[in-house]
Amino acid sequence: MSKKKHADGKPAAEPAEDKKMAEEKKTEEKKPESNPTVKVAEAPKAFENSMLVDGHVVTFEPGDTILTASLRTGIHIPTLCYLEGFSATGSCRFCVVEVEGRPALVPSCTYPAEPGLKVQTHSARVVEARRTIIGLLLADHPGDCLACVRSDSCRLQELAAELDVRQRRSYTARPHHELDTASPSIVRETSKCVLCGKCIRVCEDVQGVSAIGFIGRGAETIVGTVFNQGMNVSSCINCGQCTLVCPTGALHEQRDLTRVVAALRDPTKTVVVQHAPSVSVSIGELAGLPPGIDADGPMVTALRRLGFKYVFDTSFSADLTIMEEASEFVHRVSHGGILPMFTSCSPAWIKFVETFYPEFMHNLSTCKSPQAMMGAVIKTYWAKRMDIKPEDVFSVSIMPCTAKKFEAARPEMGRDGVRDVDAVLTTRELARLLKQHNLNLRDLEPTVPDSPFGERSTAGKIFGASGGVMEAALRTAYSMITGEEAKNLDFVEVRGLSGIKEYRINVAGIDVGVAVANSLSNARKILEQIKNGRSDLHFVEIMSCPGGCVGGGGQPLAPSRSDIKIRLDKLYDIDKSESANHRLSHLNQEVKKLYDEFLGTPLGPMSHELLHTHYHARPVAR
Amino acid sequence: MDVSTDTANSAEIQSVLARYPDATEDQLITLLQEVQDACGYLSRDAILSIGRHIDMPASRIYGVATFYNQFRFYPLGRVHIQICRGTACHVKGSKAVLDTLQGELGVGANQTTRDGVFSFEELACIGACGLAPAIMVNGELRAKVTPESIPGLLKEYREKVEAV
Repeated sequence: MSKKKHADGKPAAEPAEDKKMAEEKKTEEKKPESNPTVKVAEAPKAFENSMLVDGHVVTFEPGDTILTASLRTGIHIPTLCYLEGFSATGSCRFCVVEVEGRPALVPSCTYPAEPGLKVQTHSARVVEARRTIIGLLLADHPGDCLACVRSDSCRLQELAAELDVRQRRSYTARPHHELDTASPSIVRETSKCVLCGKCIRVCEDVQGVSAIGFIGRGAETIVGTVFNQGMNVSSCINCGQCTLVCPTGALHEQRDLTRVVAALRDPTKTVVVQHAPSVSVSIGELAGLPPGIDADGPMVTALRRLGFKYVFDTSFSADLTIMEEASEFVHRVSHGGILPMFTSCSPAWIKFVETFYPEFMHNLSTCKSPQAMMGAVIKTYWAKRMDIKPEDVFSVSIMPCTAKKFEAARPEMGRDGVRDVDAVLTTRELARLLKQHNLNLRDLEPTVPDSPFGERSTAGKIFGASGGVMEAALRTAYSMITGEEAKNLDFVEVRGLSGIKEYRINVAGIDVGVAVANSLSNARKILEQIKNGRSDLHFVEIMSCPGGCVGGGGQPLAPSRSDIKIRLDKLYDIDKSESANHRLSHLNQEVKKLYDEFLGTPLGPMSHELLHTHYHARPVAR
Repeated sequence: MDVSTDTANSAEIQSVLARYPDATEDQLITLLQEVQDACGYLSRDAILSIGRHIDMPASRIYGVATFYNQFRFYPLGRVHIQICRGTACHVKGSKAVLDTLQGELGVGANQTTRDGVFSFEELACIGACGLAPAIMVNGELRAKVTPESIPGLLKEYREKVEAV
């Protein structure tokens, strides 16, 4: 547009640019007129810490966003990349809302709650924007939903259905279609990724690992490891927290169901199964039971119905672990061994030390995990007793954990080329197997696991909670040092969801400093303290996942903190319900019998060979 | 993006890092640029060394480096060919030239032949539309290139560098 034309009919002295500015000024001045609500000063007193969302008065607290305040009030705003407890990134734009006086839609997850805001969460414009976003996400999403591992639990599918998006406008394959199956724990399908970044955030913030990140730019962006290599050679510690938050099938556990089902149908195999302490308090959530139910009995029945010949309880071998670990701790204390001693039950934690802190490998207890101990005694003592060749026993474990798949595949966990644990199923995989066989935990009569590895103390049961291994070990170590049982078996100081818990206890004149951490970013804090000279700790329990195994990477998807708390509390309820005799690992009669008949004594030669292990530094790119 | 595993430049990398003893995450781009200036490209060794130096996970550094076009992960060949893929060159057949080049060299854009002699990259427009399709070889403009002329051209430059 020429200057001349623009200035038509106006005083010639006024240049076009000035005019443009004047116009802008005018609209600025106009704004308040068309939008009386932004006059904050005149807002009624009632709006001091509240706003109007869909006509409802929503009060907020400092730090609230439109989203957090609305959710708390019960107003539903759909989200995709939002992650409870993390700072919002606002990347998916799915939670957009209309704020009166704002020309553009705003993401409610990052927009701070302000007094007197008038917000519409489902105006025509908002709903249309959300439909567009889904349409665009579907445009390059592979359409193999029927075959997808997340076909019954996909957030993208759920949102498309919710918004009644029934048609694809176009399909353009994403330029990268890597299927990364190299890790024994986690499969990465980049073609299904919606780039929400949740996996990257948990890997970095919860675990302090950062094995994955965004690679590249624009349409070519993917989530991958450094140099875009397989997950197996990355700094990934296999914890599976990323699989819990992934909204689609882009990150999921490596499936072992096919191998297990094949073994169950193979007449030459004796298929045995063990189930971890925390599975019984979470499996119900996937089987139509309310949260916080202990489904141990019905689950054991279900496992038998599925065709497992013998069902063992990993809580038994948790008691066995305590015998060895408490003995090792007492031995280290009394013989000037390396302290603090770290627990070794959490395989992602072990891999974390091997990868990031190899200088602390000698602080790790040499005890195998309960899964691995059970695997070892099944293929030796039990197989011999049953007169079955170890290679004809197919040993399965049900774990809350994806890293257990990695642990079971470690070359240390077996002998003569025969693996101790042949296949590991996560809680989610077991739920699928139950569904496939139409087994409903609600309808099944409870049964108890099989001898000789079926008895458990509740000290073994609380292994599934952060602090549980420490508490179980303290109960038994106290008895080993003093020769009598502790009067109070409740070490409440080490319980709960806090990231780091510390406690000092005096046992027969020995001052013992213990620390308990869950999630590896917290473990890192303790390791750094020790590195920098902290010396008052003697025994440290680390579990890789938030809340311990109850929040494990193989557990029901997308748990909230309160879901994890409910599972954790249930484990302590079970502990509370038992008499003192059944709350101590060293009073487990089947464990005693195993030592008498086979192992000898804790830390003895047979224990050393079967129940203890060693670690390797892992020089991966990190 | 594939990244060279060559570790021959570790002295150059270390001397750059030594100039920034107190570097933090904030200096990441500077470090990437200076290491690339010193080595000609960013190797795996470079990315991992920078990560250790500023205590930043390698996955994030790789993410930043692959975000920007300015970073390359392989050394340039002794003969570096830049092929114009602008509109005029495209109309005059630069796609066929590109395909021939790729076929003759056996590597893709932004890659280097295994013997280290040739590398090539695509450019948007080099402003020589009247001479389309145009390519630049080690900074020299070659006008009106045809697919048929490519083998001879490559031979010419190979002989030139091998004679040195």
